[in-house]
Amino acid sequence: MSETTDNVKGTSTKQRTSNNPLLIWLKKNWGTLLLLAGLILFPYIFSLISGTPVSEGPPKFWQGQFIVIFIMAVYAMSYDLLLGYTGVLSFGHAAFFGGGAYAMALFITHVAPNIISSYRITLGSVNVTEAILVLVGFVLAVGVSVVLGLLFSAVSARVKGAYFAMITLAMAEAIHILSKATDFVEWTGADEGLHGVPIPAWINPTQFRLRFYFVALAFAVIMYLVTRRIVNSPTGRIFVALRENESRVQMIGYNPAVYRSIAFIVAAVIAGLAGGLYALWTMSATPTMTGSGLTMDALIMSILGGIGALTGPMLGAVLMEFLGHFFYQWFGARWPLVFGVIFIALVIFLPYGIVGTWQLRSRQVQQGWRRLLRPLRIEKQSE
Amino acid sequence: MSDENNHILTVDTIHTYIGQFHILEGISLTVRSNSITVLLGRNGAGKTTTLKSILGLTPPREGKITFNGKEIQGKRAFDIAAMGIGYVPEHRAIFRNLTVAENLRIAERKKGDLERRSEFIFGLFPDLKRLYKLPGNHLSGGQQQMLAVARALVADNVLLLIDEPSEGLAPILIEQMMEAIRELSAATTVLLVEQNFIMASQLGEDYYIIDDGKTVHHGTMDALVEDQELIHQYLGASVRVRGGER
Repeated sequence: MSETTDNVKGTSTKQRTSNNPLLIWLKKNWGTLLLLAGLILFPYIFSLISGTPVSEGPPKFWQGQFIVIFIMAVYAMSYDLLLGYTGVLSFGHAAFFGGGAYAMALFITHVAPNIISSYRITLGSVNVTEAILVLVGFVLAVGVSVVLGLLFSAVSARVKGAYFAMITLAMAEAIHILSKATDFVEWTGADEGLHGVPIPAWINPTQFRLRFYFVALAFAVIMYLVTRRIVNSPTGRIFVALRENESRVQMIGYNPAVYRSIAFIVAAVIAGLAGGLYALWTMSATPTMTGSGLTMDALIMSILGGIGALTGPMLGAVLMEFLGHFFYQWFGARWPLVFGVIFIALVIFLPYGIVGTWQLRSRQVQQGWRRLLRPLRIEKQSE
Repeated sequence: MSDENNHILTVDTIHTYIGQFHILEGISLTVRSNSITVLLGRNGAGKTTTLKSILGLTPPREGKITFNGKEIQGKRAFDIAAMGIGYVPEHRAIFRNLTVAENLRIAERKKGDLERRSEFIFGLFPDLKRLYKLPGNHLSGGQQQMLAVARALVADNVLLLIDEPSEGLAPILIEQMMEAIRELSAATTVLLVEQNFIMASQLGEDYYIIDDGKTVHHGTMDALVEDQELIHQYLGASVRVRGGER
């Protein structure tokens, strides 16, 4: 008797779990999927609306804006892993981004051409030499980021808070000075930076903007998923625990310095990858990419969007790029001044950033909507 | 010899300084396996510092601490904890931004610790099962305290250092907490700091009285309960408060 009921139960729950997960997943993620679909269709919709072909004029220009947004979103997100999740204030994040960019640009400029001229790797009938070299560039960007991340966390392992921030700032400045150094001018172009990096034609952002757009979009999506997986992992929980109370983490039996270093290196790698892609996009690597201005950008984007939620800094990056674009048109070179005022206002009125404040208030907002829609729903039923 | 084997923890005249202050001036104590030992004493006597010194959070400058036959003084706190000491600090020291589940999960030392222990933990603190998915800062004070104790039970800890578990709890919760500590002491050893003398006297088997950073008295709890004079001399205030409440 009990066996049969068990069986019935078994099948019914099985049916439920086999039927519903997709629906549940869709229901839970419909907003994200809609956004993703919107971003995929964006170039085509934009070209329909503006009446210009996808690969010309305004659609091409806006694809470019979005490419920068995607890359910066990943960069800001990597910063949030430190600031928002692990509670580490670093003033040296640009070093990783720039490190990745330089790794990619130096490799493509100085090493790749020799390889291309003497080797040919084919997959079936397709020549994949260039594709593999770009991948190698990314691997190098990761390598450089890991080395820099290790270096940064080794030097600053014993200090915390403001002192940590100062040391990271000093080290990043050292990298910045290195990138500008005239000693390496024939390699790095010193102050000028490396320009006209001979990136493979099939990914050339001028010729194949749309293709690059999708590459950057895929990059942002993948990096987001990877980072989300990391913060939701047990290690990610230790990051959050570290932010809250370091001595409690010790009491449980974890070495805080080790986990802080892990967070630092993971963030460095993600930033480095973003830097590598940015080098491909601009076909250059310049000292601005290692400068403290870019670190400040990460900080501003994170705070604007809301720290401690990966989507926050991504939204912050979107806002900053958009506002930057329009403010430049409206206010010219003085736009940072206007932006600064708006930033101060946002920090005062949305102290947890846009996403953070939204998360705090969303229940109130939901209730408000429900109250507003209640009369409508009654009408519908009576009809 | 057999007596020595029975001691899971031996603290031998430790001196601990916090900044320039000489807080512990020679604390010695031994904790028998599978017993509950209570540290008593006035506020500021050095009870919490003793626990922190054992775990290495405030490392002692002099003296010797032997845990499970190994000397642990001078080791780093996370290494000592990983040897099998669970610490429940005072003031409900949970991770408030993590959920109950995450607070417990993070204390795992081996994968699957939580699954193995969850039945035991939920048996002691049934509330936690209901609150499993809630963030720590949605819990009441008592629930947070229970979570803090539960977190020390996830890994295979052979010694639990519990600091003032009854602090700020409603009487009914104190009773529940007492029951839980009594139950868990069947499986592990407990070194308890407790100001509430009623709770301390009902739970404790051995006691140490700490005064001005020194251990001044020790013995079995049964003997202490009889010795009104000693209680008044060192714990007077807290007993009076308890008496008043009763």
